[in-house]
Amino acid sequence: MKKLKFSAILTYLFLILGAIIMVFPFFWMITGSFKTSQEVSVFPPQWLPKSLYFGNYKFAFETAPFARYFLNSVLVVISSVTVCTFTTILGSFAFSRLRFPGRSVIFGALLAMMMVPFEMLIITNYRTVVQWNIHDTLWALIIPFMSSIFYTYILKNFFDTVPDSLYQAARVDGCSDWKYLWRVMVPIAKPSLVTIILLNAIASWNSFLWPMLATSSATVRTLPFGLYNFVTEGGARNEVMMAAATIVVLPMLILFLFARKYIVNGVARGGLKG
Amino acid sequence: MKKLRENNRGLYNFLMKIKPLLYLTPFAVGVIIFSLYPIVNVLIMSFKKNYKYLTGAYDGFGFDNYIYVLNSRDFKNAIGITFKYVLVAIPVSMCLSIIIATLLNKNIKLRALFQTAYFLPMVTSVTAVGLTWKYMFNYKFGVINWLLGLLHIEPVNWLQDPSANFWALAIYGIWSMMPFTIILLLSGLQNIDPMFYTAARVDGAKDLRIFFRITVPLLSPTIFLVLIINSISAFKVFNELFPLFSGPGVGKNLYTMVYYIYDQFRGRTPPKYGYAAAAAIILFLIIFVFTQIQQLIQKKWKY
Repeated sequence: MKKLKFSAILTYLFLILGAIIMVFPFFWMITGSFKTSQEVSVFPPQWLPKSLYFGNYKFAFETAPFARYFLNSVLVVISSVTVCTFTTILGSFAFSRLRFPGRSVIFGALLAMMMVPFEMLIITNYRTVVQWNIHDTLWALIIPFMSSIFYTYILKNFFDTVPDSLYQAARVDGCSDWKYLWRVMVPIAKPSLVTIILLNAIASWNSFLWPMLATSSATVRTLPFGLYNFVTEGGARNEVMMAAATIVVLPMLILFLFARKYIVNGVARGGLKG
Repeated sequence: MKKLRENNRGLYNFLMKIKPLLYLTPFAVGVIIFSLYPIVNVLIMSFKKNYKYLTGAYDGFGFDNYIYVLNSRDFKNAIGITFKYVLVAIPVSMCLSIIIATLLNKNIKLRALFQTAYFLPMVTSVTAVGLTWKYMFNYKFGVINWLLGLLHIEPVNWLQDPSANFWALAIYGIWSMMPFTIILLLSGLQNIDPMFYTAARVDGAKDLRIFFRITVPLLSPTIFLVLIINSISAFKVFNELFPLFSGPGVGKNLYTMVYYIYDQFRGRTPPKYGYAAAAAIILFLIIFVFTQIQQLIQKKWKY
């Protein structure tokens, strides 16, 4: 009995220590954003700011167009995620339910393509957006992300788990494929869909390399590259840097806290079985 | 649709036949233009000699780009650094994640709270959180050096010392890799039939023995899946370099393979598309071989 207790204490100690390490950077970022420049540059570090000081945020918004970056990010995320979800639903339904020649061969080829690093594609994609004359516009950040093999793969795997008998029954009742997809499949797949939408939104919100390549003017910059630019060009001080970083991270942090359950369950369900 | 079926049988039948195509088109257009075409194009581009980006002119096909890239000192260094990163970050993050996932899978108190804490870095923006780590790694005011001071260890110049900055990169990389790894492992653990554990306990097996004899073997498919996903992303280490070091470290000492690709077509005038393409293909081949070896080991390991 005594030994059991000892191992339980050890377990909790280990878990608490790990949890602190995982959360600490966020704590440090947010508290740092409210510190004055004296409070940031003391050693040993000061854990909490004496008062909530908003000067860093004010400075960030005044020196760089963060409001604009924010708006651009929101526009890009909403439009690319909406369109991508739509194409993903249609595509995975076709791969999961409809019969056509070469279905499994095409799907196999798609899986192989999933292994190709995105970094390998950017050379050509950069040229494509330049040729289409949409580089340095928000379109360049939206159009290339309107369909995704990865999310289609996850959703197709989930669609596969829906019993065939449901489909047959619906067909007998005179339900068309289109109606069946939107009235039956999509509601059943809601947890998987939410996961896909969240993962996609997080990835899109945080994407850095592509916006850095495809855009150059400040008016079409999104948050991550805007933040990086603000820091490198302005030589921003640590406390201002933390304020700007908080602006970038906070929306996704809030989204995550609301949707944590969905992400965990969805990844478990769609990502592994199949 | 019903009306069409009655009035124009031919058109209706044709539409029914191409229906899968109609469902697939929106998805396929994007994939063809922004995934399939670039893959084919990079492959062709990597063989074009003296490819001029502006005019599209080139002097025939050959292995010149590959020979140049493989002989360049920068690329050789890049391979070394990238491999070092993969071989450090993957095993460490894997071991820690297995332990944490196993503990989180136990019947512990405040499980939801712990899960939230461990999954939180999933929302990480490489730039924003990377900058926070930069501040934490700060030589003078950094909280990490303060911690080392408590343990009576000399402060480390994490960001500017060429022998230490690799470890700053690895620590940040491992930290950001953990949440997704833990989630996948946890879902793998939840798929293990509790019957196995009950049987082992009845036989009087100890915790540690259960862990190595039951948990790890039954979890091995998930472990291999995670290894593959993580090594694909670790080979592409690049984004982290910008917030932490504003570039490839001190005197290019953290010049990774993707940084090489990026540098060839963004850092040179005129851009060296041929070299970038050849380097991208080499990177792909390395990742491909690496994941194939892992799969081979997995197959051998099954019993």
